[in-house]
Order: sequence, then C-alpha cells, then structure tokens
Amino acid sequence: MPAVKAFKGIGHRVINAVWRIGVATRFFLLTLTHSGSGFRRFHLIIKELFSTGVMSLIIIMVAGLFVGMVLGLQGYETLKRYGSESALGSMVALSLVRELGPVVAALLFASRAGSAMTAEIGLMRATEQISAMEMMAVNPIARIVAPRFWAGVISMPLLAALFSAVGVFGGYLVGVVQIGVDEGSFWSQMQAAVDFREDILNGVIKSFVFGIVVTVIALFEGYDAPPTAEGVSGATTRTVVTSSLAILMLDFVLTAIMFRGN
Amino acid sequence: MERTTVDLWVGMFVVAGIAALVMLAMKVGNLGTYNVSETYQVHAYFSNIGGLKPKASIKSAGVLVGRVTDITLDTERYEAKVVMDLDKRYQFPKDTFANIMTSGLLGEQYIGLMPGGDEQMLKNGEQLKKTQSAMVLEEMIGKFLYSKADEPAK
Repeated sequence: MPAVKAFKGIGHRVINAVWRIGVATRFFLLTLTHSGSGFRRFHLIIKELFSTGVMSLIIIMVAGLFVGMVLGLQGYETLKRYGSESALGSMVALSLVRELGPVVAALLFASRAGSAMTAEIGLMRATEQISAMEMMAVNPIARIVAPRFWAGVISMPLLAALFSAVGVFGGYLVGVVQIGVDEGSFWSQMQAAVDFREDILNGVIKSFVFGIVVTVIALFEGYDAPPTAEGVSGATTRTVVTSSLAILMLDFVLTAIMFRGN
Repeated sequence: MERTTVDLWVGMFVVAGIAALVMLAMKVGNLGTYNVSETYQVHAYFSNIGGLKPKASIKSAGVLVGRVTDITLDTERYEAKVVMDLDKRYQFPKDTFANIMTSGLLGEQYIGLMPGGDEQMLKNGEQLKKTQSAMVLEEMIGKFLYSKADEPAK
C-alpha cells in the first residue's frame, strides 16, 4: 500500500527530526558544562576567533556597505514621493540596526564560518581524530567544540555591529554625498529616531541569540556527521540550510517580543 | 605569555567591533545627544493628547528640555495625565503653558512649553495648570465644514 508507506515515511522523518533536536540540546548543554576548561585554555578561543571572526570581517563589511548603499537609494526613491527625504537617515539606521544588521550578518556568518566549522569537525570525525583524542583521555567537547562555540558567540554581535555601522556609512555615502540629502537632517533625524536601549541593544541581543544558534547547529552537524565524504558534505549543506531557516524564524519571534508596537 | 600575530588580529577585530558599537550608540543612537542627567518631574492634565507617546520630546523655544515618561488616564477627571521629566538645568515659572504640538504637518507630536511670568519656579512633583490639547485634524476639518455650512448662500 503506497499510502501507508508514505505515511510511514513522514512519521519516520518527524520522529527522526525530534530525536535529533533532543540530541542537539544535550550536545549544547554538554558544551556549556565543558566550557570552564575551554576558558582556561584561552588561546584556543583566540585561535578560533581568528578563523571565525577575523576571516569573516571582509565579507561582512563589504556586504554591509552595499546593503547600506542600496537602502540609501531605495529609501530615497520611496521617501521622495512623500517629500520627506530628510527621514532617509532614520530609515537606513533603523532598518540596519533592528533587522538587517543582525539577520544578514548572521546569514553570512552561517555560510562563511558555520559551514567551515561543520566541515572541519566532520573531517576530524571521519579521520578519527576525535576518537584518538578520546583514546588519550582528552575530552573532544572541551578541546574542540567549546572554544569554537565561544568564539562564534563572541564574534557574532561584533560582526553585526560592524555590519550596521558600515551600512550606515554606506547609506550616508549614497544619500548625502551622492544624492545630496541635507547632512544635518540626515544625522539629526537618525539620532532622534534610534533609541539606544530599544533599538541598538535589542539588535545586539538578537545577534547574540543568532550567534548561539548558528554555532550550535554548525558544531552539532559536524560532530554528528556520518564519517564519509558524502556525510560531511551533507552535514555542511544542512548547517547552512538549517541555520538560515532558524535565523529567519527566530528573528520573527524575537521581533514580535521586542517591538510589540508600543 | 608569547604573543603571536593571530593575537594582534583578534585584538584588532574586537576593538573594531566595540568601536562600531560605540559609534552606533553615539552617532546613530540618541545616547550622545540626550543623557539622562539630573531631572525633575512635573505633570499636566490634557483633555486630549492626540498621538502623544511616552518618550516624546518636550521643547521650549525649540530646545529639547525633557521627555514624556508616562501617560495615563485619570479616571477622576477623565483627562489624560502626562508625566514628564525636565532637565534640572532648565527651570520654568509656575504658570508655564504646556501645549501639544506637531512637528510638521504630519510629524510626531511633542509638548511645547511657553514660560509665563510667575516669579516662583516649578518644583519636583508639581502640576502644570495651563494646558492646551492636541489639535486633531478630523475635528478641525469638521469645524471648518460646519462653519462653511453656516455661511449664508450667495
């Protein structure tokens, strides 16, 4: 009976997904409990900060600049219709600080650093480096996973802040330098509209949450990858897909909690 | 502890990230422009506040002197009670006139303070007695239409 078979397939996949979520949560808690020894070997976190944070700098800043410039152009075209070009600064800054900064930076981070993390740990598993560590009584979670986790969590808010700052500068370049919106009203309207706690701090909290989610997904997919070439490539793809979807869904939830239109 | 170039790069990354945050807070946000220094609190009753919201600015002669902190409906007099924090540097006479105004035709609403001539100054917790409500566009159009209808036909 093909119908029964299809139902069986769906049920199997759902159960499997829930199972994996459970294992991932246990993995996350295990990472947290083993973080103490990770902080004692701080140079490991520094090394990972270099490969996740510093190496993502260029893509984040270039992307931020162009996103800001596009916002400047599009915002100007729309605001011109209502004769309120002077609100361009507040529009660019609010959309960057609240939404685009954390979300786009996290998406770029997931595909730039998350995929690399998954592939690296997946290959470690495939070449039995992790088993070798266990054999030497070195806890692989404390030695490999925890430093990468903290590096991701630390670098994500910094990258998102850089993205927003560079984006505002891009909007300034297009809006003020190129199109010729009044510079004074550009900055003053921006400062009047953007609240430090409400907008900037909430953006930082968002990027912090995204940092946790992206790194946990990337590390778990790598740690859990089947030890074959196919398994590692599949895990890398899943990292990017799952963390991108998780970012966008969580963004909606966080936005609904933070900005409930008061 | 030995120092490597990796440390330098990571240090630069962290400094750049924090600098971006500070720049966002100071240049983009309002932390640089309005620091909550010493304030005193006054309140006023309005029969209609229009679209006034908490955190709206309070201006006198166009200068920002404070922020609206709280808006509630007083059920004893059925008027809106607006609590505002004013900067301690700016003292106002007791008969200061509070007026809800709109920046631009459709802009956000703020409270404008027009100082009176009283010799005594407002103190913490006191009330602004003279107020004028927000102008509601629909009411104005309604009044205009009625006055037009009352005119004798030519």
